[in-house]
Amino acid sequence: MTQLALVIDLNVCVGCHACVTSCKEWNTSGAAGYMADDRPYGREPTGTFFNRVQTFEVGEFPETQTVHFPKSCLHCEDPPCVPVCPTGASYKRAEDGIVLVDYDKCIGCKYCAWACPYGARELDEHQKVMKKCTLCVDRIYDQELPSSDRKPACVMACPTSARLFGDIHDPDSEVSEAIRERGGYVLMPEWGTKPANHYLPRHKSELRVDRDQLVRADNPLKKDGRLPLPRRSDPALDDATTW
Amino acid sequence: MHPAFSVVFLTTLIGAGQGLFLALYSVDVAGRHDLVARVGDARFFVAGAFLAAALGVLGLVASLFHLGHPERGWRAAAQWRTSWLSREVIALPAFIVGVCLYGVAYHLGSSAVLPLGLLTLVACLALFACTSMIYACIRFLQEWASPLTLINFFLLGSASGFTLATALAGVLAPEQRTLYATAAMALTALALVFRAASLRRNARLKPKSSLQTAIGIRHQRIAQKSQGFTGGSFNTREFFHGVAPAGLRAVKWVFVLFTFVLPVALLALGLAAESPTWFAAAFAVQYVGLLAERWFFLAQANHPQNLYYQCIS
Repeated sequence: MTQLALVIDLNVCVGCHACVTSCKEWNTSGAAGYMADDRPYGREPTGTFFNRVQTFEVGEFPETQTVHFPKSCLHCEDPPCVPVCPTGASYKRAEDGIVLVDYDKCIGCKYCAWACPYGARELDEHQKVMKKCTLCVDRIYDQELPSSDRKPACVMACPTSARLFGDIHDPDSEVSEAIRERGGYVLMPEWGTKPANHYLPRHKSELRVDRDQLVRADNPLKKDGRLPLPRRSDPALDDATTW
Repeated sequence: MHPAFSVVFLTTLIGAGQGLFLALYSVDVAGRHDLVARVGDARFFVAGAFLAAALGVLGLVASLFHLGHPERGWRAAAQWRTSWLSREVIALPAFIVGVCLYGVAYHLGSSAVLPLGLLTLVACLALFACTSMIYACIRFLQEWASPLTLINFFLLGSASGFTLATALAGVLAPEQRTLYATAAMALTALALVFRAASLRRNARLKPKSSLQTAIGIRHQRIAQKSQGFTGGSFNTREFFHGVAPAGLRAVKWVFVLFTFVLPVALLALGLAAESPTWFAAAFAVQYVGLLAERWFFLAQANHPQNLYYQCIS
């Protein structure tokens, strides 16, 4: 069974918000209707975003780390937002595991938002229906796009390749490999929602540099990098004499 | 959570309507089995039934204001297999129709009164269950996810319904007013016991979620520095009541006073003075208290998503 999901690498996310803006740009221009974007340069801006990047500080100053944390719908394998929907507008697709909202059925009662512990669902202020990340279902199956572009907009926009997309039930996919090898985890596992989106933890990369790697251990001419020029009578073996 | 007044009015109005029907039906059945004195005037039951139905309809209308698309509200009955909200959308009209038919049957002097009453009783109890389970089934909202939620919805609805029945009896069935007033006082006292238990439980709750589980970083000290946007959003409005802690405490004392203490005093005064206006005042005061109680119930729930929205920058 396919379960498409994102894997977000917290180790390389720099908090640039490219995923936020590209997601909004793609989805607000789609057939499903525009996303609310009120007073963006005025007082009290508000709007609907499917993906938001937050910033957390871990540790006590001055020993702190700044963690940028993108969050969008986690497309849970046991989504709490689906059984509570009274109209059936909230549903999980069997063929690829994407959780979607049918805007034609949604009555905007907000019960699904109450039921999502991650705050992934938002009521659009203008369309008055619940909206959330669609995993760019309109991109990933679009035959008009070149196959390299059939990925969610946020995955394509990320400059540090912090977002990976694939099938987490396929053990050979890029995402499964990342989860397995880098210790990918889910959010709030205590609630048993089994999110499909995973996060890769921070790790510290260390590089040991030996003094000998910086300074030549033997330097018979006491000059850096210069050997005596060859005599004209010597055989011309370029790689030996000019090395 | 941010309490929506449409939901506060919905649950308090239908609760009172259901409690009123329980008050009518219990005395009706008890009277037919000679456990209590029979009510002589059938108008008491007819008026009571239509009043209960009116409260139900008012509640239903109030609930439409909670929806983004009320014109599609009829779709809400579709997922009754999985959603308690869907089941409530079926149970509420069933209750309203049932109680109307009960009133009509009484008005016509039909023998169908008792079976119709029994069906309405089933709908009434089912409606209590559905309404309270809407809140209790969300396991992440620990303040709501408890059997006390079901007990409190039932007892508070019954108490307000019995108080309303006392006020109605004061006018249309004076010989029953002592019975109703005593029952209303007893139910109010019982409701206080369980609501206090619920308050005590919520005060001692340990949240299961923390920033550590929310972002998956195992460090003792994590603080949010930015929620990712400086304006508001649905996430910052819908999940927080916007009142200072002192205000929340004040609402708690208001509802304890108005829902439990004052109505009992006013009912006792009404019995002593033998005047129906005290009973009506008791219901009015109790209803105001119930509005505060329901607001507080909705406001007290702390949604785990709030962990992600703590700091603007």
